[in-house]
Amino acid sequence: MAKKNMQVTKVPMPEQAPEIRNKNFDEVALGYTQEMAIVEAGRCLNCKNSPCVKGCPVNVPIPAFISKLAQGEFEDAYQTIVLENALPAICGRVCPQENQCEGKCVRGIKGEPVAIGRLERFAADYHMKHHKGASDPVQKNGKKVAVVGSGPSGLTCAGELVKKGYDVSVFEALHKAGGVLSYGIPEFRLPKDLVAAEIKNIEDQGVSIDTNIIVGRSITVDELTEEGYDAVFIGSGAGLPGFLHIPGENLLGVYSANEFLTRVNLMKGFQFPKTPTPVKIGENVAVVGAGNVAMDSARTAKRLGAKNVYIVYRRSIEEAPARAEELHHAEEEGIIFKFLNNPSEIIGDDKGDVAGLKIVKQQLGEPDASGRRRPVPIKGSDYELAVQTVIIAIGQKPNPLIRRTTPGLSCESWGGIIVDEDTMETSKKNIYAGGDTVTGAATVILAMGAGKKAAAAIDQKLSLS
Amino acid sequence: MYKIIKKEKLNDTVDLLEIKAPFVARKCEPGQFIMLRVDEDGERIPLTIADYDRDQGTVTIIYQIVGYSTTLLSQKKEGDCVQDFAGPMGSPAELTKKEHKVIGVAGGVGAAPLYPQLKKLAAQGTKVDVIIGGKSAAYVLLADAFAQFCDQVFIATDDGSLGTKGFVTNVLADQIAKETYDECIAIGPLIMMKNVVKITKPAGLPTMVSLNPIMVDGTGMCGGCRVTIDGETKFACVDGPDFDGFKVNFDECMKRQGFYREEEHQCRIGRG
Ligand SMILES: Cc1cc2nc3c(=O)[nH]c(=O)nc-3n(C[C@H](O)[C@H](O)[C@H](O)COP(=O)(O)OP(=O)(O)OC[C@H]3O[C@@H](n4cnc5c(N)ncnc54)[C@H](O)[C@@H]3O)c2cc1C
Ligand code: FES
Repeated sequence: MAKKNMQVTKVPMPEQAPEIRNKNFDEVALGYTQEMAIVEAGRCLNCKNSPCVKGCPVNVPIPAFISKLAQGEFEDAYQTIVLENALPAICGRVCPQENQCEGKCVRGIKGEPVAIGRLERFAADYHMKHHKGASDPVQKNGKKVAVVGSGPSGLTCAGELVKKGYDVSVFEALHKAGGVLSYGIPEFRLPKDLVAAEIKNIEDQGVSIDTNIIVGRSITVDELTEEGYDAVFIGSGAGLPGFLHIPGENLLGVYSANEFLTRVNLMKGFQFPKTPTPVKIGENVAVVGAGNVAMDSARTAKRLGAKNVYIVYRRSIEEAPARAEELHHAEEEGIIFKFLNNPSEIIGDDKGDVAGLKIVKQQLGEPDASGRRRPVPIKGSDYELAVQTVIIAIGQKPNPLIRRTTPGLSCESWGGIIVDEDTMETSKKNIYAGGDTVTGAATVILAMGAGKKAAAAIDQKLSLS
Repeated sequence: MYKIIKKEKLNDTVDLLEIKAPFVARKCEPGQFIMLRVDEDGERIPLTIADYDRDQGTVTIIYQIVGYSTTLLSQKKEGDCVQDFAGPMGSPAELTKKEHKVIGVAGGVGAAPLYPQLKKLAAQGTKVDVIIGGKSAAYVLLADAFAQFCDQVFIATDDGSLGTKGFVTNVLADQIAKETYDECIAIGPLIMMKNVVKITKPAGLPTMVSLNPIMVDGTGMCGGCRVTIDGETKFACVDGPDFDGFKVNFDECMKRQGFYREEEHQCRIGRG
């Protein structure tokens, strides 16, 4: 056994310099080299009780794959991860590791935790670069499952079931598969080639993906059952953008983060006019919210040439829901944080274009229902921030389409589909759901966990019948 | 890929395409629309469904060549394919049998989405009249098709080359003074629909209009298509595209529709 690396800090991630990367859409983090991966892997103590695994929503055997890396067995490390996680190249890049595996890492008590996310990404990238072999064909069991939506929950559910011999068809409303991975998370954080490769991998295993099919309109959930699908998994995400409901929200130059990011990512608006979908951005941009979506919007606006990009958030940085790395990267790239600032009105000029954002400063009061300290307005602190673009990134809810077109599907008042937490089965027999459409906007890994759980329950039920 | 089964030039700026799209054809209803991308990397453009054949699995769209993507689309020939054709989207128009009569008002390519709505009403036994407007005779669309089931077909052209010289609204004002109608369905440019409502609202004639704001996804995901109806924000792609004309904030719609005017120009220059 090699000697442990007792360095208290992670091997730093090679990155593009902030003042260079805030002008391009290439990936910010460049990834470990083999040498770096081996050194970092040497920091893992291989704890017997593996607290890190308990922090992982899909139970990746973390110490096991890291010890393979430490020995230079990169492909084995990858194969160890994919026993539990079908999309490691993605999770390694976008999981909030600080609240999950790395948050539980023993090395984190005195110093930085092991860079589990970076190592996961390394193993996945290594595999993608070096292995092109097709997977072994599986014996079909003659049963059919339909999956609605091709985001991480749907793809995971489909991938798990196809491995067990099911015929799986995924129906996706947009022209491209991937859900938020394709239309939401920007290229500089999650390269689209990589998402496409992960999806192709799942298709190569035998999953069929039909794009341009809007379930509820092109075909309903009940019709899928009538057409002979033995089970249906709904992984339609939380795509309905929230607005602030303040005056001026329909002025020209106000975007939902979804619209802004979809124009840039899915429609490649950053290449306009080479691609025909335009995206207009002012010199000064305010992004309202402080989650991952807000950071992605702000950093994208900067890359599109905005001079001053503000994050306007009514709570303080401690409550900001974004991953620690995103906040850090945003700050490095020159995004200006305005915490404890609550927008009250969007001001327009006589042509109906955005001219400014009216803001009331806040201070923190008593904890509210969410357990976070409630922002309270400071009297007389109003001011106007001169901006030409406002991007609203304050959260998304499930799209109402499926709920409106599926009689008998029980849902929460805010729109989430209600499921049995052990099986992910809905109030309708053999109809399952998971991911953001059940939880509301959450994370890639939780959506994957739900897809996996549903696949296991579907298999258990259908293999009895 | 979705194959173009038939192509017809209706006039120098308007084409009709019949496209093989079984998933759309099997379920679509009057009032709904599709999202089309001409090629890889293309823009998603919404086009209202003009007709459909469930047996053949085909959907008819009629579009005006106005910008980059419609120009590109107009270069496609019979037998060619378009990259994407998703739908049906939007809520079907509410079309129930009426006691007296319904009057349809079409401006330019608005005739295309109006056609299936009036056709369905007529098939249910409601009497329908239609007023079709255009710049000149060549821009009056589908007059013969409407004549198949409409009691009366009125035509108005700006230059008087066909029918009445003047606006559809002039004909409408005369007609509602003469006959009893239960409803008006107006589809065309925003300014036309706004002016129709100026006549029908004082007359107390319920009026449905069809809005076509800028859209990105068409599935309710971006909110780019938001419109104000009775003071409330709605997403035209999901809650519409048909709305009660009395409640629509037309001025806001017009402003929002013009947001990318400069870019549309730049795109045409930039991409030839
Ligand atoms: C900008 C942004 C940044 C984010 N950053 C992070 C991050 O760094 N880390 C992290 O863990 N999470 C992040 N998230 C959250 C994460 O992406 C989501 O939690 C996750 O994608 C949810 O997966 P899902 O499968 O439930 O749904 P989605 O990814 O939303 O996929 C749902 C799919 O279903 C399709 N669909 C919807 N309705 C229908 C229908 N009726 N018929 C057919 N198809 C339909 C949609 O088009 C979509 O493709 C981010 C989200 C956004 C928007
Ligand atoms: S077009 Fe995106 S929500 Fe309507």
